[in-house]
Amino acid sequence: MLATRNSVTMLPRGFLADNVLHFVRVLRAAGMPVGPAKVIDAIAAIEAVGVMNKTDFREALAAVLVSRHDQIALFEQAFDVFWRNPKLLEKMVSALLPRVYSRADNTPEPPELPSRLAQAMRPPKPPEARPNDEDEVELDAAFTFSPREVLQAKDFATMTADELAQVKTMLARLKLPLPELPVRRTRAAVRGHRIDLRATLRGMTGAAGAVAPLAFRARVRRTPPLVVLCDISGSMDRYARMLLHFLHAITNDRHRVHTLVFGTRLTNITRHLKHRDVDIALERVTESVQDWAGGTRIGASLGEFNRRWSRRLLGQNAVVLLISDGLDAESGEGLEFEVERLAKSCARLVWLNPLLRYPGFEARPAGIRAMLPHVDDFLPVHNLASLTGLATALSRPTPRARAATGLAA
Amino acid sequence: MTAQRTIPATVDATLELLTAQDYVADRRLATAVFLALKLQRPLFLEGEAGVGKTEIAKVLASGLARPLVRLQCYEGLDTSSAVYEWNYPRQMIEIRLAEAAGTVARDDLSRDIFAPRFLLKRPLLQAIDPDDGIAPVLLIDELDRTDEPFEAYLLEVLSDFQVSIPELGPIVATSPPIVVITSNRTREIHDAIKRRCLYHWVDYPDALRELSILRRKCPRAPETLAREVVAFTQRLRSMDLFKAPGIAETLDWAEALLTLDRVALDPATVADTLGVLLKYQDDVGAITKEVAERLVAEVQAEGIAL
Repeated sequence: MLATRNSVTMLPRGFLADNVLHFVRVLRAAGMPVGPAKVIDAIAAIEAVGVMNKTDFREALAAVLVSRHDQIALFEQAFDVFWRNPKLLEKMVSALLPRVYSRADNTPEPPELPSRLAQAMRPPKPPEARPNDEDEVELDAAFTFSPREVLQAKDFATMTADELAQVKTMLARLKLPLPELPVRRTRAAVRGHRIDLRATLRGMTGAAGAVAPLAFRARVRRTPPLVVLCDISGSMDRYARMLLHFLHAITNDRHRVHTLVFGTRLTNITRHLKHRDVDIALERVTESVQDWAGGTRIGASLGEFNRRWSRRLLGQNAVVLLISDGLDAESGEGLEFEVERLAKSCARLVWLNPLLRYPGFEARPAGIRAMLPHVDDFLPVHNLASLTGLATALSRPTPRARAATGLAA
Repeated sequence: MTAQRTIPATVDATLELLTAQDYVADRRLATAVFLALKLQRPLFLEGEAGVGKTEIAKVLASGLARPLVRLQCYEGLDTSSAVYEWNYPRQMIEIRLAEAAGTVARDDLSRDIFAPRFLLKRPLLQAIDPDDGIAPVLLIDELDRTDEPFEAYLLEVLSDFQVSIPELGPIVATSPPIVVITSNRTREIHDAIKRRCLYHWVDYPDALRELSILRRKCPRAPETLAREVVAFTQRLRSMDLFKAPGIAETLDWAEALLTLDRVALDPATVADTLGVLLKYQDDVGAITKEVAERLVAEVQAEGIAL
C-alpha cells in the first residue's frame, strides 16, 4: 500500500493511483471540495510531470486540486504529511471524525500535526460561552450537541421552546426586497429602449417583402448584492440566535448575499450559511466563529473588512447591512474613518441597531456618535416586527439612492 | 509567418521557454504552465494586481509563435461583443438584393443570410475558429470584472472548446487554443469555472527573483539602485497597506528613478515618487517623511538578504 517517493516509479501504476485517491479523500475530509473527477485529472497531471521532482509533483497536484487561494496553506500541509506517511494521516482523520465513528471507540492519541491541518480536520472549538469553561475534553463533548441546543443554551430564557420554534419558522419565510437596479445586460422586451437587430432580421426573413416589425430589447433589472456585517459580541449576544436564522433566510433567498460576522475579529460565514439546512448551516457557523460573545472592536473589524473584502464584495451598487449596537470596546477609536470609507464604498449603508427599541435612545456612546453621520438608514432590529419593517424600509430608496438614480436618468 | 513551435516536453523546457522571453518564473508557475499546455486545460491565474498574470499569456504567445487573442472582461460583457455578432448591414443588403431580384425562395433566403460569411468573429470565436488555422493563445483577462451570466457562457467554451450558434450549430475547435484566465480576485469566480481549469496563485516574487526580473526588464538601472528599489518594495509589501505595490510598480518606479537620474535612494526622492508605487491616498499618507527616512536607512544598511 505504502509507496515511498523514491520507489514509486518502480511500482505498478495502481499504487500511485491508490495513493492519489487516498490523498484526495484526505483533502475532502479536511473540508476541501474536491470531486471524483479531480482524481483522474490529478493522475494525468502526475503522469505528465513525472515523479522525479517533488516540487513539480506537489505543484502538479496543487494545480489540479486547489481552486481557491485560502486552500493553499491547507493543501501544502496535507501534502507534507501525506506524502511522507499516508497511514499516519489516515489514522488522524479517522480519529478526528466524531460523527462517522462511534464515540465509544477508543480513539488513539493523534500524532503531532501542523496545527492548521489538525484544526481543519477537527471540528473547531465551539464558542466559549463562559471564561471559566470546561477543559478541552469537555469541549469535545459539545460537538455532539445539535445547533438547536447550542442556540438554546445561548438563550436568556425569555422565550419558551415553542415560541422559539415559531419565530424560527417565521424568520425562515422572511424576504428582504431590495429595489431592483438596471444592469448592463438586456433582454427581449416589447417596449425596450434598444432595437434588437438580430430578432428584427429574423423576422424579416420570414416575411420578405412585407414591412418588418422592429424588435426591441430592454435593460435587465436586478437586485444589488447585499453584504451583511453582523456584530456577535457579548452585548449583542441575545439577538445573535434570532439574527443567525434571519441571515440564513436572506442568504438562501437569492444570489449575491455575503455575510460576515465580527466581534474582535472578522469571519466570513457566507459559505456556511449557503447550506440549505438551517441547522447544519448554523452548526458550521458556530464552529467557524471563534470570538462569539466576546468583546467588540468595531473600528478594527470594519477596517479589516475595508482592506480585505470591500473591493471583492462591494461592486455593482452593493447594499451593506451593518447589524451592531455600536457599543465599541475601543470607544470608537478609528471608527469614524472606517465607517466613512465603508459608506463611500457601497451604494447604501443601513445600520440596524437593537438599542433603538428603547424610546429614550440617545446617541451617547462614542462609537455610535462616530458611526451615525455616515449611515444612510438607522433602523431598529430587536423583534420580528422590526425585521419585517426592515423589508418595507429597504424598498424605499434613500435620499442618496434617489440622487444617484436621478443623476443616472 | 513563422511556424508555431511545439509545446515544451518537460517542466525544465517550460522554464527555459519563459526565461527566454524574459519572464522570470518560479518553478511552481512553470509546472502549472507546463501542465496546462500538456493536458490542454485552461490555466486559471489568480493574484494581486501587477504580479505578471497577463504577461504569462503574452510570453506564451510569443514563445510558441502563436497569435494572442485577448478578451478584456467588463461588467455586462455579452455574446455579441465576446463571441460573435451577425453583420446586420450586410444581411439587410442581401435581403434587399434578393427582394429586387425576386428569384430566391424565402426558405433559401433565411438560410443564406445566416451563413458563416455574415458572421463577425469576436475574441472567443476567433480563438475557437481561427482564420489562419493556428490555434492561438486565448487570454481572458480579469474575469472577475464581468458578471455571473457571462461565466456561465464560458463553461461551454472552456470544457469542450466549442461555441454554439443557434443558426449554425456548434463550432468546435480543430485544435484547442491555449487558454489563460486571470483574476484579481475582486470577487470569487464560480467553482464550475475553476473546476475546468488548472489553478495557480501568482504571488509576489521574493527579493532574489524580483531583482532578476528588474535586471532583465530594466537593464539600464545600476546595480545599487536596483537592489535598493527591490529591498524598499519588499519592505513596503510587509507593511499593512491597502494595496501593496506589484512587480509592475517596482519596474515603473525603477524607470522613474532612472528618468530623474538617481543612482541611489534618498528620502526626498522617495517622497516625491511614491505615487508610482502606491495608488491609494491612505497608503501614500502612511509613508510619512519619518517612515520613508527609516525605510531608506534600513534598506541602505542591510540591502537585500541574499
